[in-house]
Amino acid sequence: MAEQGPLLALRGVAKAFGGVNAVQDITFDVQAGESVGLVGPNGAGKTTLFNCVCGQLKNDRGSIEFEGRSLRGLPTYKRARMGIGRTYQRAEVFADMTVRDHLMVAERARSRAGRLWKDLCNMSRPTDEECEKVEGTMALVGLTELADTPVSALGLGNCRLVELARALAGEPRLLLADEPSSGLDEHETADLAAVLRIIQRDRGTAVLLVEHDLGIVAEVVDRAVVMDLGSKIAEGSFEEVMEDPVVRHAYLGQSV
Amino acid sequence: MEQFLGFAVPGIPYGCTYALVAVALVLTYRATGVFNFAFAAQAYVAALLFTALIQSAHLSEWLAFVIAVVVVSPLLGLAFDRLLFSRIPNSNNMAKLVTSISLLVGIPALMQVFIPQNYYAPPSIVFNPNTVYFTLAGAPLNGLDMSAIVFTALVLFAMGVMMRLTPLGLQMRGAVESRRLVQLDGVNAGGVVAVAWMISSFLAGFAGILLAPNFSQVQAQPFLTLMVAAIAAAACAAFRSMAVAAVAAVLIGVATFTLQGYLPTQSFLFTSILPSLPFLVLVGALLFHPGMRKLDQATDPLASVDPPLPPLAAAVRTPAMGRVISVLWYVVLGLFIVSMLTWIPRDWESVLNQGLAFSTLFLSITLITGMGGQLSLAQAGLAGVGAFTAAQLANHLGLPMMAGMVVGAAFAAAVAVLLAVLSLRLRGLGLALMTLGAALVFDNIIQSSQTLGGGSGGLGPMNNVDWGSPFGLLNPNGHALFLATFSVLVVVTLAILMIRRGTVGRLLGAMRGSETAAAGIGINLTWQRILIFALSGAVAGIGGTLLVIQQGVANPQQFNYVFSLAFVVIVVTTGVTTVEGAIQGAFGYVIIQKLLGYAPAQFANLTFVLFAFGALTYAQHPEGILEFQKRRSMQRFEPLFERLFPGSQPDAGSQGEPLIAGGLSEEAVRG
Repeated sequence: MAEQGPLLALRGVAKAFGGVNAVQDITFDVQAGESVGLVGPNGAGKTTLFNCVCGQLKNDRGSIEFEGRSLRGLPTYKRARMGIGRTYQRAEVFADMTVRDHLMVAERARSRAGRLWKDLCNMSRPTDEECEKVEGTMALVGLTELADTPVSALGLGNCRLVELARALAGEPRLLLADEPSSGLDEHETADLAAVLRIIQRDRGTAVLLVEHDLGIVAEVVDRAVVMDLGSKIAEGSFEEVMEDPVVRHAYLGQSV
Repeated sequence: MEQFLGFAVPGIPYGCTYALVAVALVLTYRATGVFNFAFAAQAYVAALLFTALIQSAHLSEWLAFVIAVVVVSPLLGLAFDRLLFSRIPNSNNMAKLVTSISLLVGIPALMQVFIPQNYYAPPSIVFNPNTVYFTLAGAPLNGLDMSAIVFTALVLFAMGVMMRLTPLGLQMRGAVESRRLVQLDGVNAGGVVAVAWMISSFLAGFAGILLAPNFSQVQAQPFLTLMVAAIAAAACAAFRSMAVAAVAAVLIGVATFTLQGYLPTQSFLFTSILPSLPFLVLVGALLFHPGMRKLDQATDPLASVDPPLPPLAAAVRTPAMGRVISVLWYVVLGLFIVSMLTWIPRDWESVLNQGLAFSTLFLSITLITGMGGQLSLAQAGLAGVGAFTAAQLANHLGLPMMAGMVVGAAFAAAVAVLLAVLSLRLRGLGLALMTLGAALVFDNIIQSSQTLGGGSGGLGPMNNVDWGSPFGLLNPNGHALFLATFSVLVVVTLAILMIRRGTVGRLLGAMRGSETAAAGIGINLTWQRILIFALSGAVAGIGGTLLVIQQGVANPQQFNYVFSLAFVVIVVTTGVTTVEGAIQGAFGYVIIQKLLGYAPAQFANLTFVLFAFGALTYAQHPEGILEFQKRRSMQRFEPLFERLFPGSQPDAGSQGEPLIAGGLSEEAVRG
C-alpha cells in the first residue's frame, strides 16, 4: 500500500559531473509529516541531491520514489504538482513581482485553474478563497506587512521568506528547504524555525532541511542524514549523528 | 575530384572573410559576454570609409587602410565598450543583445545619412586583383583571393599566439569567466575587455575591406550576409573555440560554392536553399550542439552583485495620476477617431492606418518579449506568413482579406509553435539566433518564389479581388479601412490586456523572473513558451495582413529579417513591457517616415537611426525610453497632484495598474 510506505524513498541515488561523484549511493526515507535534516560540510552533495529529487538534475543511478511512485523521467513541474515544494540555496524570486504576487502565482500554479479563455473573458480575478489562502500564508511566514512590496526592494533575508511562503502556497506534502536561514539574523532564524515546526505540525508537511546552522537543525528535525563527499556517512537522531566519530571527523577534521 | 575542387576552391577566400568575423564574434563573446551583431555594421563602416578615403579624398590605399582598419575600427570598438556595453550589468543578457542589434540597425542607416554617395568597389590591398597568382586544382586564385587567404591566415595566427602565449591572452581567458573576479586578482579587467573589443573590431574592419572588392558597390547588404555566415561558424564552435569557428567559416564558404557549382541554377534548391545554407548550419548547430544550450547559463560567481533593474514607471505613479492618465488616453482616443473620420487628409489617413497595422504587429513583440521574456527576431517573418497566407487565399479562393487574416493568423501561430518546439532547449542568445535563422530561411524561400511571394514586385490583388474592401460590407472609398483596422487593434489590445492581468500573464511573469523557480512551483514552462509563441505569431500574422491590406501589395521585402531586427529595436525603444509602448512605437515609426519623405533622400533611413539610438538606452531604462520620460514627467507633476488629491502618494509597494504580468495590487486583488 502506497499510503503506508515512506513519502520519499531514495535508493542508491548517484550523480556524477564528469569525473566528480557529487552524490554516491544515497539511500534513505522521509516519512509523511516527518522532518529530516540533511547536513554535511560544503561540497557534500546536498544541493545536488535536492536537484535530483526535484528533477532539475537527472540522477545517473538509483531510484527516487514519492508516495510510492517513481519520479524517473518526470519533469520538475510535474514533481511540484505531485507535492514537492522547494526553496533554493541562491534565492530564486520573480523580480517583477510583489510578495503577494509570488503567492498568488504559486496558488494558481498549484490549482491549475488558469485557462486562456478565462483570461480573455475576465474570469481570472483572484477569488476570495485564494486571497484568504495567500493572506494566511503571508501571515504564517510574517510577510503581511510587505505584501505589496516588489521583491526587488527586499533584502536577502526577506527574499528567503518569500521563497518559503511561495513554496508553502503550493501546499506541498514535502518541502525541500535548501539553507533557508542563510542571510537571516538570529531573531529571523528563530522565527523561521517556528514556521517550519508549525507547517510540520499543523499542515502535516514533511520537511527535508539542508542547513549549516546546526542550531536550527537541532530544533526542527526529528532525524538527520549526514553526507560527506557525496556519500551518506550517518543517519539517526540529531544527537546520535552528532556524537558519531565519523561525522565529527567529517566536520572537524582528522585531529578530533 | 578536379571538378569538385574547381567548385570548392573559390569558396576559400569568402570563407576566410567569414572566419575573421567569426573569430571576432567568439573573442568578444568569450571576453565580454556580448554577442555583437554590430560587427556587420563595423565591417561596412570600415569598407565604406576605406573606399571613400581612396575615391573621394584620394588617399593612398595604405593610408586609407591604416585610417579605416587600424585606427577607426578599433576606436569604434573601444567606443562601444566604454560608452555602451561596459555600462550594462553583467547578468542582463537581453540588454546586451538589444544594444548590439540597435547598432546593427542604426549604424548603416547613419552612414547613409552622412555618406550618401554610392562608391564603387575599392581596390584590394597588396595583391593585384587582375593577376592570377597561381591555380589550385584548376581554379585560378587572383589578387582578391590571395588578399583574403594570406591576410586571414596571418591575422588568425597572430591571434592564436596572443591568446595562448601572452599575459594579455591569459587575462582575457580569465575575464571570460568573471570580469569581476579577475579584478579581485589585481587585473585591470576593464582594460582587458577594452583591448578585446579593439582587436575584434579590427578583425571586423579587416573583413570588411577584404570582402568589399568582391561587389560592384559598397552597400550594407553583403556585410549582413557575411555576418550570418560568421554567426553560423561561431555557433559550430559554440562560441568557445576561435580555431573551430575559423575552420567552420572556411568550410561554410567552401560548401556554399561547391553546392552552387553542382546544383541546377533554376532549381528551388539553388534559389532558396543555397542562400539559406549558413542559416541551416546555424539552426543545426543550435539544435544539436550541446554547448549552445548552455550559452546563457551564468558562469560569473559574482553575477548576483548586479544592481536590480530600475522600477517601472507605473510603480511610482500615484493612483490619482493613473486615473488622470487613463482619462487623457480616452480623450486622445476620442479625438483620434473623430479626426480620422472628419478632417485628416487622405494621405495622412493612410499613414495613420499603417500606424494601426504596425501597432498590431508590434504588439506581437510586446507579447513575446515584454510578457514572455523571450527575444524573437522573426516577428516580421511571422507577419509575412500571415500576410501571404491571407493574400493567397484572397487571390485564389476569393476569401475576403479580413477572413483570410484569421486563417493567416492561425498559420503564423502554427509556424511560431514549430519554432518554439524546435527551440525548447534554447534561451536568450540561442533563441534569438534560432528565430533569426528562421526569419532568414523564410526570407529566402518567399523572396525567391514567384508563386508564393510574387517575385520582386510582390504579390498584389488578382482575379478581380479587392483587398481593401473588408467583407465587402463597407464602402472602401470611405473610412472602411480605418474602422476595420482600428477595430482589430482594439480587439487585440484588449485581449493582450486581459491575458496580462490573468493567470497566463502571471505564469509568464514567473517564467520571466526565474525559470528554475517557476518550474519548481509547478509551472509547465514548455507549454507556456509554446503558448506565448503561438499568441505572438497569431498577432504578428494579423498585423502583417492589416499592413498588406493598407498597402495593397504583399512585398516580401517589407517582411525581411532586417525589419524583424528594426521592429524589435523600435518597440524596445518605446517600451516593450506595455501595450502603449508598442502603439507609440508604431505611430512614431510611420509618422517619422512620412515626415522624412519631405526631406532629402539621404535622410530616408533616419527613422531607424533615431530608434536605434533610443534603444541604446535600454540597459539603463528597460521599461523603454518613453516610459522613462513619462515617469520623470509624472514625478514633476506629483507635487501638484498631491495638492489636488491629498493622500494620493504611493506606498512603498506597487500602486495602480501594474505594467507587466504578475503585478497585482491589493485593489486589483479585491476587485
